[in-house]
Amino acid sequence: MTSFDPHAAWRRTPSVVLRPEPFGALVYDFGSRRLSFLKDLALVRVVEALNRSASALAALQVAGIAEADHPRYLAALRTLASAGTITPRQEAIAS
Amino acid sequence: MTLTPARPAVPRLVDQFELGLDAPICLTWELTYACNLACVHCLSSSGRRDPRELSTEQAKAVIDELQRMQVFYVNIGGGEPTVRPDFWELVEYAVDHQVGVKFSTNGVRITPERAQWLAASDYVDVQISLDGATAEVNDAVRGRGSFDMAIKALQNLADAGFQDSKISVVVTRENVRQLDEFQELADRYGATLRITRLRPSGRGADVWDELHPTAEDQRFLYDWLVAKGERVLTGDSFFHLAAFGDALPGLNLCGAGRVVCLIDPVGDVYACPFAIHDTFLAGNLLDEGGFQKVWQESALFTELRSPQTGGACTSCSAFDACRGGCMAAKFFTGLPLDGPDPECVKGNSEHALAGDRTVPATSQDHSRPAAVVLGMPGRPTSIPDRFCNESPL
Repeated sequence: MTSFDPHAAWRRTPSVVLRPEPFGALVYDFGSRRLSFLKDLALVRVVEALNRSASALAALQVAGIAEADHPRYLAALRTLASAGTITPRQEAIAS
Repeated sequence: MTLTPARPAVPRLVDQFELGLDAPICLTWELTYACNLACVHCLSSSGRRDPRELSTEQAKAVIDELQRMQVFYVNIGGGEPTVRPDFWELVEYAVDHQVGVKFSTNGVRITPERAQWLAASDYVDVQISLDGATAEVNDAVRGRGSFDMAIKALQNLADAGFQDSKISVVVTRENVRQLDEFQELADRYGATLRITRLRPSGRGADVWDELHPTAEDQRFLYDWLVAKGERVLTGDSFFHLAAFGDALPGLNLCGAGRVVCLIDPVGDVYACPFAIHDTFLAGNLLDEGGFQKVWQESALFTELRSPQTGGACTSCSAFDACRGGCMAAKFFTGLPLDGPDPECVKGNSEHALAGDRTVPATSQDHSRPAAVVLGMPGRPTSIPDRFCNESPL
């Protein structure tokens, strides 16, 4: 279980892949062999933006999430972090 | 796990899946019809190798295509897939090309050395088939010695440090009361229990009447799954039981041709692993356009993705829960596809099962001659009775 800090840098876990779908994305973790679904197109954009954003909050901006919706998307990211779908990006934290 | 942070702007996931996806979520790939066993309920009537089976190069080309389509994992079976000389090479090739592998085996090739190789490789999942928690119950279905073979394989995997192997059980009238014992076996070998439904497909058609769980057994199974099923995998197999009450975990939907399919050893693509019959044959991936064209454009799959009528089931209170049940189970018991499942828990198929029905003839059979019970004098069997009961038409 990873605690979720929205000010920290995050990334899609390297063993996880997303397959775009009309409803969002299929999420497959080659490590745990778990299949899950992102049922929201904007959330897919957020997850894809993590790797090139300085923080989770910055990724919300990149993905064009309105300020009012931030709490819901941060809650979703927290769930993804506890599932291991996203993990802290160490090198960015150090810089 | 499904995450929906936003308002329900898109339809329910199940509704999306019923319309089909550009690529399957996962698929079953039977690599060979050859098998060292001759299980009485074999879905694919396996035994002898088919001379037209895909070559190593053809199989690798299929993996390349699955990688392009982002099919994340395949369930490899057979036959007994590990008897293919190139089996481990193909597993390695798939994993190296972002196609995860789960393979089903009776354990025949899971030696201590092979178990160590498997333990060292990520992204490979091993599923050992076992249809009884005791040798007596298992071997009656899978053949003498098959229980010991499976247990040896589980032991080898555990000894090698392989994490989380699977024990795969087809639930029958004979083993349904052994579910707790199966769970104990799984715990003993650090494995996860997986249980699936007996289908009247392949040779299963010959034994279904005797082996499928009774109405009472089905209730027992449902209650067991609700009480203890959290750690158990079912492959979404028992969605017809959802009509008892609460839906069981999973999509509770027939994924045939919508989110799953089957590739057989000669490259034929069928709607699902339980539907190896010409009626559900969508095409062959060796034809121009490959697997992608069959998946995306075949007339059969297009039809399966169009809105289905529930027929006689639509007036039933449980229709939203069970969606009429399993297409293959209906087809191979000679019931109409738009009516109730032969194991309808509301009892709505009892009348149709008791009446005149014509069970479809098999369209392929790779059983070894030795496995075919001829019903000769001095060799008592219940199977010929069944043929005699059939209408000659």
